[in-house]
Amino acid sequence: MTGVSQLELDPTAAGTPPRRPGRRARTSVFWLSLPLAVVSVGVFVLPLTGLLPAAGQDLAATRQPPAFLPGGTWAHPLGTDKLGQDVLTQFVTAGRLTIVIGLVGALVAIGPGTLLGVLAGYFRGWVDRVISVLIDAQLALPFILVALAIIANRGSSLPVLFLVLALTGWAVCARVTRSATMAIRERQFVFGLRAAGASEPRIVFRHILPNLAGTTVALGTLQVGTAILVESALSFLGLGVVPPMNSWGSMLASGQDELSQAWWIAFFPGLAITLLVLLVNLLGDALLTHHDPRKARR
Amino acid sequence: MTEAVQKGVPGEAARRPRAPEPETPVLVVDDLVVEHRDRGTGQVFRAVDHVSLRIDAGESVAVVGESGSGKTTLAMAATALGPRGGGDIRLLGHSLSEISRTRLRRLRPEVQVVFQDPHGSLDPRQSVRSGLRELRTLQPERTSWIGDAELLGSVRLAPELLDRYPHQLSGGQAQRVCIARALLMRPRLIVADEPTSGLDVSVQADVLALLRQIRATTGAALLMISHDLAVVRSLCDVVHVMYRGRVVESGPCEQVFVTPENDYTRELLAAMPGARWRSRR
Amino acid sequence: MKASTVRRVGSRLASLFASLLIALSLAFLLGRLSGDPTATILGPLAPPEQREALRHELGLDLPLVVQYFDYLRGILTGDLGQSLQFYQSNTSMIADRLPYTLQLVAAGMGLAVCVGVPLGVLAATREGTWWDRAASTVALLGQSVPVFWFGMMLVVLFAVKLGWLPAGQSGTPKHLILPALTMSVYPMAHIARLTRASMSEALAEPYIDSARARGLGNRRVVWRHAFANAMMPILTIVVLQTGILLSGAVAVEYVYSWPGLGQLALQAIQFRDFPLVQAIVVFGALVFVLLNLVVDVLHSIVDPRVR
Repeated sequence: MTGVSQLELDPTAAGTPPRRPGRRARTSVFWLSLPLAVVSVGVFVLPLTGLLPAAGQDLAATRQPPAFLPGGTWAHPLGTDKLGQDVLTQFVTAGRLTIVIGLVGALVAIGPGTLLGVLAGYFRGWVDRVISVLIDAQLALPFILVALAIIANRGSSLPVLFLVLALTGWAVCARVTRSATMAIRERQFVFGLRAAGASEPRIVFRHILPNLAGTTVALGTLQVGTAILVESALSFLGLGVVPPMNSWGSMLASGQDELSQAWWIAFFPGLAITLLVLLVNLLGDALLTHHDPRKARR
Repeated sequence: MTEAVQKGVPGEAARRPRAPEPETPVLVVDDLVVEHRDRGTGQVFRAVDHVSLRIDAGESVAVVGESGSGKTTLAMAATALGPRGGGDIRLLGHSLSEISRTRLRRLRPEVQVVFQDPHGSLDPRQSVRSGLRELRTLQPERTSWIGDAELLGSVRLAPELLDRYPHQLSGGQAQRVCIARALLMRPRLIVADEPTSGLDVSVQADVLALLRQIRATTGAALLMISHDLAVVRSLCDVVHVMYRGRVVESGPCEQVFVTPENDYTRELLAAMPGARWRSRR
Repeated sequence: MKASTVRRVGSRLASLFASLLIALSLAFLLGRLSGDPTATILGPLAPPEQREALRHELGLDLPLVVQYFDYLRGILTGDLGQSLQFYQSNTSMIADRLPYTLQLVAAGMGLAVCVGVPLGVLAATREGTWWDRAASTVALLGQSVPVFWFGMMLVVLFAVKLGWLPAGQSGTPKHLILPALTMSVYPMAHIARLTRASMSEALAEPYIDSARARGLGNRRVVWRHAFANAMMPILTIVVLQTGILLSGAVAVEYVYSWPGLGQLALQAIQFRDFPLVQAIVVFGALVFVLLNLVVDVLHSIVDPRVR
């Protein structure tokens, strides 16, 4: 009882330090992020390389099928539309806007969502009651209704689109953040900090937020997928991205009129959205199970 | 290595007790009542039921009881970290019901708490060093008396651990870090809430020895919360036995242990390992 | 016991009512505070007198509080205002279109349940196998695909290339097949994932082992014991998804030119028929909150602990 065990002193033989779970989760996160990074960089870099077919109309080559179908040529690998514009070139440039909207759309939802969730979860009381009622009310309005109400008044533009994405995304994020914050704030180190004289803002910004970062990143990732799906639906209906701007969603809108003659216009952007969102969802799920503060014992 | 430990024994590092005013008790709890309301059913549960106790400077007091007896609620209320409830609490002569927010924050470092779960008591995103650095920015004057390495030495940890994160520490190491963080503030009262029950049996004894040494060298008062009577007996002068929110028996440690008056206390004593041997004595 | 039940039901009703009121206020505010609709309706070049006249016609010249209470009174009496474009009451137009949407939602949801639940049970009973992985991947894919695009591709395949089914319009059961299939994709995926999760949880319970030990057949154990206990979350999500489909079928209805509520909403936006849009939003919110209430009632019937 009097001596100090040698084991405790030797930092290299530190008993059995709890092992961090999720080495497998980390590798799967890597393999999921890789294609996402390649695609995101690709759509921005490809147009600069000069490898893409020229943009612009070519009325001599309208509605050409993709190269791998009979009648297609490698001059237009993914075919052309009714004005002879190259689908691949459109696809790549539209992809830029889609990815930007996905990222910004997630940020505008995650930002206020995290902030309100932390406030509600940390301070409880009337702050919590007000924010919780707002969350419930927002979740009681299906997103398309919110979108319709705003767009009917403001018309369609990028700022309106981001407003819609923020309004439809913040509530889910706030709800998850709120419960995660409630779990963290009952951890003993928060009481320890208070006993050391730390102010409440300091605890929130220096300790609660960093511990939420993993959850927030995971939620943000999932929100990127949601934003891309919402954007595609709104643009498809002519309520999101409208010409002269082009996104994968608005390509689907122009492809809708051509379904019987040139299905490939709509096929490739739709497929791209599906795969992109699938990857993002898998990544978000992997991150969420990895970082869930309620699952992490320590 | 051995030299560092020798040098870091608390005796040297922490022997700067500031003159405690002998007449003001460190903590007075007067007729405390704390109730919890179940949000779902709306039922009220009285966790602490008219409890009074007093801790003088340098004194070591234990609150003993089974889990759910209200010990932790009492400790949290007494340190102004949990719901305050009815009755009065005076920390170093300041009544918590009258004290202003700013004053309370200035008073807080005088009372430090060591919790049951050492890993939960450390921010998982902070290394030991950056955690200490934060405490130093929070209380610059109070904490300037000792360096990081020397502080770790005083709780018998090697300075190499400074750059570790909590998940890289064993339970015993993490609890020592928590004790070091408490010591850094040079508190007049240390509240230890089941400080050993989250640890392996082999490490428990070491941590208790450390607490005893700290008490001897710093002159801080100790409020020990425990369900383990053996722990209390080796460390405390006065013991209060709690049962269902009430204090059922109080007195000097030896008296309560040798001649218990309350049935519940007797039950507790009988449940102790080696109880038969003790009662025969 | 009884008093606490009344208390709980009461507080639940109050919170539902509060969220409904806030949702309705939100719809109102989104409409009023996001700008002067007359500019959008008439175009930026319209003379000020004309805009003033329209503002008067819409009641926008009244104080905001008066407008708000008029709006709430209208909802209470079932009067959702007049359409600018069709010169009809919005309520009757919604009533005209609702059957089409209901038909589509019922068919889509039926399909989603019939496929999604067995898919989820399959995955849960063969947890970790190839079956499980395939079913889970299909389900996740269903939640990642833009459903209207899936519908477009169905049209290309079955209407344009094969010529088996009509591409649009409504009328015969044949017309319903593709839209219903399209509608079912998202809820099917959601139901399958949820069924898998709650089934594998239920199958891990000790009473399943004890049922097996009593010599009950596997099918009986899975369906009568595990599924019965996993049913509540599934039922919940079916009802809530129905609410989302009822108001969220806009894109699918557009793909198939289906004359339902979604198409009406789209027309209203295209013609800047702002009162009609608001009426549809309000209707959607009412339906959604009502279905939330249904979920609560279902919970209290199925789960004896809640009662």
